Amino acid sequence: MKLKFVEEKIASVLMLLATLLVFGFFASIVWTIGRTGIKSLTWDMITSLPGGGFYLGKEGGILNAIVGSLMIVGGSTALGLLVSIPIVFYMNVYLKKGSRLTYFTRLSFDVLFGIPSIVYGAFAFAVMIFLGLKTSLMGGIFVTTLLIVPIFVRSMDEVAKSVPHELLEATYSLGATKLEACRVVLRQIAPGVATATLLSVGRAIGDAAGVLFTAGFTDNIPASLDEPAATLPLSVFFQLSSPIPEVQERAYASALLLTVIVLVLSITGRIITSRFSKNRIK
Amino acid sequence: MSLLRRRILKDRVLGKTMLVLTVLSLLALLIMAAGLLYKSSDILAVHSLKDLLGSTEWSPLSGRFGFLSFILSSVYVTLLSVVLAVPVAILTALYLTERAHPLVKKIIFPVLDILAGIPSVVYGLWGTLIVVPWIADTLGPHFVDYTSGYTLLAGGIVLAIMIVPLLVSLFVELFSIIPRDLKEASASLGATRWQISRSIVLRKAAPGIIAAVVLAVSKAFGETLAVLMVCGNMVGVPHSLFDGAYPLPALIANNYGEMLSLPMYESALMFAALVLFVIILLFNALSRVVLQNVEKKFKL
Repeated sequence: MKLKFVEEKIASVLMLLATLLVFGFFASIVWTIGRTGIKSLTWDMITSLPGGGFYLGKEGGILNAIVGSLMIVGGSTALGLLVSIPIVFYMNVYLKKGSRLTYFTRLSFDVLFGIPSIVYGAFAFAVMIFLGLKTSLMGGIFVTTLLIVPIFVRSMDEVAKSVPHELLEATYSLGATKLEACRVVLRQIAPGVATATLLSVGRAIGDAAGVLFTAGFTDNIPASLDEPAATLPLSVFFQLSSPIPEVQERAYASALLLTVIVLVLSITGRIITSRFSKNRIK
Repeated sequence: MSLLRRRILKDRVLGKTMLVLTVLSLLALLIMAAGLLYKSSDILAVHSLKDLLGSTEWSPLSGRFGFLSFILSSVYVTLLSVVLAVPVAILTALYLTERAHPLVKKIIFPVLDILAGIPSVVYGLWGTLIVVPWIADTLGPHFVDYTSGYTLLAGGIVLAIMIVPLLVSLFVELFSIIPRDLKEASASLGATRWQISRSIVLRKAAPGIIAAVVLAVSKAFGETLAVLMVCGNMVGVPHSLFDGAYPLPALIANNYGEMLSLPMYESALMFAALVLFVIILLFNALSRVVLQNVEKKFKL
């Protein structure tokens, strides 16, 4: 047999192996987290606050972390949308195609997207010290917003870029201002906004390094913006560092909960992108 | 008339607000750099840059802050993860673009999506449950007398799995914009599919591949919690794959609690964050510009 056919055979086998390997790691992660987590995942754990001696293996749950995470994610998603939608509109409706400002804004968001959350955390912490603030829910929301705005802008911009220019021109010809044209664009990119939101929520809920500095940790549900807040990933992390087996078991369960949330978000995102594109003009 | 005027006014006001937001976001990088630089100015006033980056001596109690061992740990663990991940990612991406059955694609893309979305604490947990014991009990004894499993190697493996989804999605995008004509021309000359992949697809995509790898490097470099959980966090330059490592992000995350209690400590950690920021900023900007150029070259 010619050498090139031998090579071809080897290459195909290697490619298949590589793909299987990726799949295998995925299966291993899901299986490991599922198997270890399901044992101590009880309804009680999801619905109650940590009791006295919770970190010694006594009664209680992780409601504090669940609610804390939801508060931070909810707040930062709302804030993130508020900041990023105008930016996307400005780049795609107000500015001309190929303008320098658009180019640099896109580049800078690409770079911001790559900045690790620990750096955001350190920066936000520096700002908070400068302003004399303590670790709080507000700090957590602030840093998470910084983290997800680049995701919002990048993924919505990707969709907004493909809105045909003729559509805008048709709108203008009817006498609409640019602001009113944004409404037309919004309808076009609505599924993109939904997917971007789910993506960001997924990243926001899983991030730990940023909130480590800024949100702190607590056993209670924060009652106001200036109280510290617990988060799910940190709750996993802290419970895992305990030497007591019961507490570690609960860390596995918390990790399972976190993974399931992220899984559901990711799958819903896929469905939305493929199904709800009915207003799109191609 | 007043309605028209109101509409135009609304358009102007909100348009300007959007402009301000856009420009502010452009400045975000500058503001962050300035903030971190300001916070690390205390330590930069006492120690020279060469001292901080070139020394391995780390004892915050006596005011010695040498970051070299942390930087080297970060570099090693990142390189290791890239070396492990890139071949797998390239082969997977080639398989997906050149030969995979549509059904396989339908399964593997969501899987990659999910892998990309799994929080780093979960990867860390998986690493401590699977990778660390495997190194300590199975792999380690073949090479060294004793290893706890919390090693450079464990960090490299976990990081590699974390960057594979990013690499594969970038590679797939790159490979699928290589013009069909080129591949068909080479097929008509009798090239096998692997020969086409090797001499057309990989060669044409080479600058893009490098850029994608640089992007993955910067992601791995900044990854915090997962490496913190599996690397062992021992101060010192790791000498083998089975030594513990202590990467820069782990240092920052581990010591945030004590940093206000020691003089200069806070400033030192902020300096560490600044170093991370600058390295990642450079890597990222570079690779993005290269990637954009590659895309432009093929699309027009």
